[in-house]
Amino acid sequence: MDASDQRCTDPTVLDLWHPLVAVSEMATDNVERTLLLGFEIMYGTDRDGTRFAVRVDEPDEALPVLDRHGYLWTSLGAPPADVFTIPETAEPDRRTLNAASIKVATSAPRAIENFLDMGHFPYVHTDYLGVEPHTEVAEYRVEIENDELWARDCFFYQPMAAASAVGGQLSEYTYRVPHPYCVMLYKSSPTDPSRSDVIGLFVQAMTQDTIRAHNFLSVIDETSSDTVLRRFQQIIFSQDKPILENQFPTRLPLDPRVETPIRADRSAIVYRRWLTELGLAYAVIPAG
Amino acid sequence: MITLYDYDLSVNCYKQRLLMSLLDVDYESVPVDFFPGWEHKSEAFRKINPLGHIPVLVDGDYVLRDAHAILVYLAAKYDPSGRWYPTDDPELLGEVAQWMLFAEGTTNTASAARLHDNLGYEFDVDTLRAGAHRLFRVLDEHLWFREQEAGPDGPAWVAAAPHPTVADLAIFPDVMLSEEGGISRLDYPALRRWTDRVRRLDRFVLMPGIHPVSAERPGPGPMAAGRS
Ligand SMILES: [Fe+2]
Repeated sequence: MDASDQRCTDPTVLDLWHPLVAVSEMATDNVERTLLLGFEIMYGTDRDGTRFAVRVDEPDEALPVLDRHGYLWTSLGAPPADVFTIPETAEPDRRTLNAASIKVATSAPRAIENFLDMGHFPYVHTDYLGVEPHTEVAEYRVEIENDELWARDCFFYQPMAAASAVGGQLSEYTYRVPHPYCVMLYKSSPTDPSRSDVIGLFVQAMTQDTIRAHNFLSVIDETSSDTVLRRFQQIIFSQDKPILENQFPTRLPLDPRVETPIRADRSAIVYRRWLTELGLAYAVIPAG
Repeated sequence: MITLYDYDLSVNCYKQRLLMSLLDVDYESVPVDFFPGWEHKSEAFRKINPLGHIPVLVDGDYVLRDAHAILVYLAAKYDPSGRWYPTDDPELLGEVAQWMLFAEGTTNTASAARLHDNLGYEFDVDTLRAGAHRLFRVLDEHLWFREQEAGPDGPAWVAAAPHPTVADLAIFPDVMLSEEGGISRLDYPALRRWTDRVRRLDRFVLMPGIHPVSAERPGPGPMAAGRS
């Protein structure tokens, strides 16, 4: 896999933490390879249990690694002290797992934007996250707070909102984008409506045009097996995949004149503006 | 009751779900954590199928593995019309068997390329893609001739019959999901018309990644809006 022309030189992206793999899927005493920002990476677990990652072209320089939210994270630049926090995962009765890491021929920001968009639910996730004629996306609030994008008061009618759902419900969503390539949503848990299930998409930008999407789940559900929880999320994500792979151009245009998102898509407008303000240049088409 | 050891994203499992839906056969789906759990390779699952793959069908005491064998069994047993697996027409049956073997080829090339691209299986993907294109070219030409034979009144199917057979179902998802393995179908117009016909069958069911014919307008969602 020669991706040298895809090697990231954008300091904004190089300095971020990036997910590489679900820790639960790492074998001990085994080295694996993957691609991150156009660089070949080797990662693994030493015999004493220490995680490591290196660039294949610079095998003597250890990369920083962190074990957070069930994934191994690394950075190719000077990263912040830690990965964003997810306070909910500390609740003892919560189940946190990787639903699947799936490769997609798209750019990281396209995957984030698709995750933020409720308008496609009835058409792409028919009978799960939406159904015709309930196609309307009501007004919602989007703002940048503490260097994160938040979208609140998102309401949508869902015939089967989660693996544990019985019948349809009007779901309330809160979206959080704590990292240019990571997104989460909070929705009331069908089994305990006072608390939220957290569903995340942590995107590993392999190149500007290919990703590995790590599907994060942290849910309150005592009854469904891991298989059933994963299954629901894998179905949803696999319905999105062909949509993502058919978007053109693959990289996200940040110039607001290039694509005109529809009214309901306020979060996309704010997301693109936010990436522009961060000066992000990898996997996007920067504004002229 | 029929039990299907099943994985939603598997084309070979989908072939069974599709046929049972078309035949209106009830079954219970037992989800197998194929990815990332590799449950089909577990010791427990190897007691059900020593080869360690899915699907496996259990019908009473009868256990059957291998996707295309299961299609044959289900059609022979549960299709009273005798059309899906036409045992009383030797020539047609031979043709169906021939295209079922062809489907082994599309599964082992196009669908294997999809496993490489989606799930990171370590296959020689260029060889798989080239193999898939060779088979798609043959099938596209075959279907074009079938369309000429069938004429304007009869829809054309893989085998020379006015109705689809298990051969259509054995090949369909390998073709329909080929783009997930980096295999474009732009050059195969007859193949695209045929996949549309399959998707319009009564009681057709979807699998993740396969959308209804009607939904294939230039993509739902905001990104389809005004591109310049
Ligand atoms: Fe979606």
